Amino acid sequence: MNFKYKAILSIATLFAMAFTQPGVTLKIKGSDTVLPLSQKEAESFMKKNPTSKITVIGGGSGVGIAAFLDGTTDIAMSSRKMKMSEKMKLQDAGKAFKEVTIAYDALSVIVNPNNKVSQLTREQLEGIFTGKITNWKEVGGNDEKIVAYSRESSSGTYEFFKEHVLSNKNYGTSILMMPATGAIVQSVSQTKGAIGYIGFAYMEKTVKALKVSYDKGKTYVEPTVANSKNKSYPIVRPLYYYYLIKDAAKVKPFLDYVLSGEGQKVVSDVGYINLN
Amino acid sequence: MKKTLKKWLEKTIEGILFLSSTITTLTVILIVVFLFKEGKSLFQSTPIEEGFVLAVNKANAAGNLSANQIKNIFDQNIINWKELGGNDEPIFLFRMDDLSNYYTDEELGENFEFVPQRTNEFIDKTPGIIAFFPSKNIDSNFSGKILPIEKTTLKQFLSEKEWFPTAQPVAQLGVLSLILGTLWVSFGAILIALPLGLATAIYMAEIATKRVRNILKPLIELLAGIPSVVYGFFGLIVIVPQIQSLFGLPVGETALAGSIILGIMALPTIVTISEDALRTTPNAMKEASLALGANKWQTIHRVVIPYAGSGITAAAILGIGRAIGETMAVLMVTGNAAIIPHTFLEPVRTIPATIAAELGEAPQGGMHFKALFALGCILFIMTIVVNLTVEFISSRRKNKISH
Repeated sequence: MNFKYKAILSIATLFAMAFTQPGVTLKIKGSDTVLPLSQKEAESFMKKNPTSKITVIGGGSGVGIAAFLDGTTDIAMSSRKMKMSEKMKLQDAGKAFKEVTIAYDALSVIVNPNNKVSQLTREQLEGIFTGKITNWKEVGGNDEKIVAYSRESSSGTYEFFKEHVLSNKNYGTSILMMPATGAIVQSVSQTKGAIGYIGFAYMEKTVKALKVSYDKGKTYVEPTVANSKNKSYPIVRPLYYYYLIKDAAKVKPFLDYVLSGEGQKVVSDVGYINLN
Repeated sequence: MKKTLKKWLEKTIEGILFLSSTITTLTVILIVVFLFKEGKSLFQSTPIEEGFVLAVNKANAAGNLSANQIKNIFDQNIINWKELGGNDEPIFLFRMDDLSNYYTDEELGENFEFVPQRTNEFIDKTPGIIAFFPSKNIDSNFSGKILPIEKTTLKQFLSEKEWFPTAQPVAQLGVLSLILGTLWVSFGAILIALPLGLATAIYMAEIATKRVRNILKPLIELLAGIPSVVYGFFGLIVIVPQIQSLFGLPVGETALAGSIILGIMALPTIVTISEDALRTTPNAMKEASLALGANKWQTIHRVVIPYAGSGITAAAILGIGRAIGETMAVLMVTGNAAIIPHTFLEPVRTIPATIAAELGEAPQGGMHFKALFALGCILFIMTIVVNLTVEFISSRRKNKISH
């Protein structure tokens, strides 16, 4: 009897939630880098607005934008700018869209703490990761073989690093591919000649972050949140949300929340760099 | 009445048994057909990204380019057309997205309607250009030269050494290093696991008391129950640094680390099967040997092991089979660099690790996706060869016993 009563009550509540107060129902899909952030944002948004329902799905920036093109997601989250070819596809389909930057993500280049090298130029990094520089003494370190760790090719971070640091060249064949960022940190911390790259959020005391120069060695910038915000640290990428202009009203409450002070606090909690 | 009911029941059970075996067979056939169908379709596609073309200036004299040459051009390892038999002209790389660096938004048109025209214009006025752009942007009066890209062939797939399935504009699909990596790690695993496993099996079958055996056997079988991720984690944290410091290597993620982990994982198979084989030696034979004055070790060495020889071989081969297909543990400890291994102290990349790491992000139906299925076919062929060998050896054993 008691159970029946409860069941009826909960069904009634469900109906009430579904019909009397239509909250926001959103689908967000795309980049695995943005995924943890969007999940946290959606969670705290739904806590404040219990009637709304936000589904967040990963799969990669490309997947998100493809779903956006098909109209199967309301927001595409992306860790890269929409490519020209994708823009043209949207253009062909007659869909006008808007791009919003919701946070920044920065990569630090890390080495073993015992390595005496503490700074590198972009050109040197390119040489190391394309396999042309193989010994630390070529970049001012000890006579030690360089062991470069990268993420797997499926990762958005892999593509970002390739585009921004290797100027679109392919990684060398001898680069070690790790299945997760955590594994890179572990390996770099226990390998003397190691070098790798990780998101700021994964930084640990067991590894050392390098200063990086993008002006051929004139200035080296330390990878800190402050330097990323004032744009002096170069390996930073914006994280984007894309939505269709015709959906603007539907998306607005959630977007406003993400861009609000509260939403931006979530950004730094998750380990990314907030906008302000 | 009772009889007919019984008959009917029997028929039903028969029917259910028949149905289950049919379903099982169909499932196996379905999976194999699916695997090979997807894998085969790789050889009907070109390695260039779908919907894109590569074009050069009409005056360019260079001939057909191989996938590898194209990669080297875009990696700026080849920087002049004369290296490829063309004119003495530096190579100028051009990608679709670069167009906005040379033309303003107005020149490209509000709806990008002038893009084909501008692309054509730009290719026409840049003699050293190699342009990579969507095929739908080919202008109606396109004046450049579109490079023909050959389809991937089976020979290329098996013999090329570079594995860059996501390289732009043209993917490098050479699986030789992956095949060799898989075999190398499995071979190492069996070198480690076979002596250890065989020794354990002999001890358990011939020397150990019943009580010791009852403790040892479930313990070894427990090894088979540990999830492979746990093995991988253990390998990364414990074995990798040990190998690194022991051999003074720059990097500990090596084929050896993979072999050790796989060796441990193959142990239960080898121990259980070879112990069973050893225990099938008839007591009469052992007693005869002892009666002739041979001691215990001589009996094991000369009578028991030869008798169980084919069983031990089968155990070893099944152990290899286990090692070849193992994914997760290897993915974590071998470093996954796609290079052809020369020693055990180098990183390797295996086929299962490649499939596991890359399938998630490969666009469905794309060339990368098909290439991973083709890799699956290769792995399937490798394991079927292993299984057939076991089949062959155990049938030989049956013959030997019956004679």
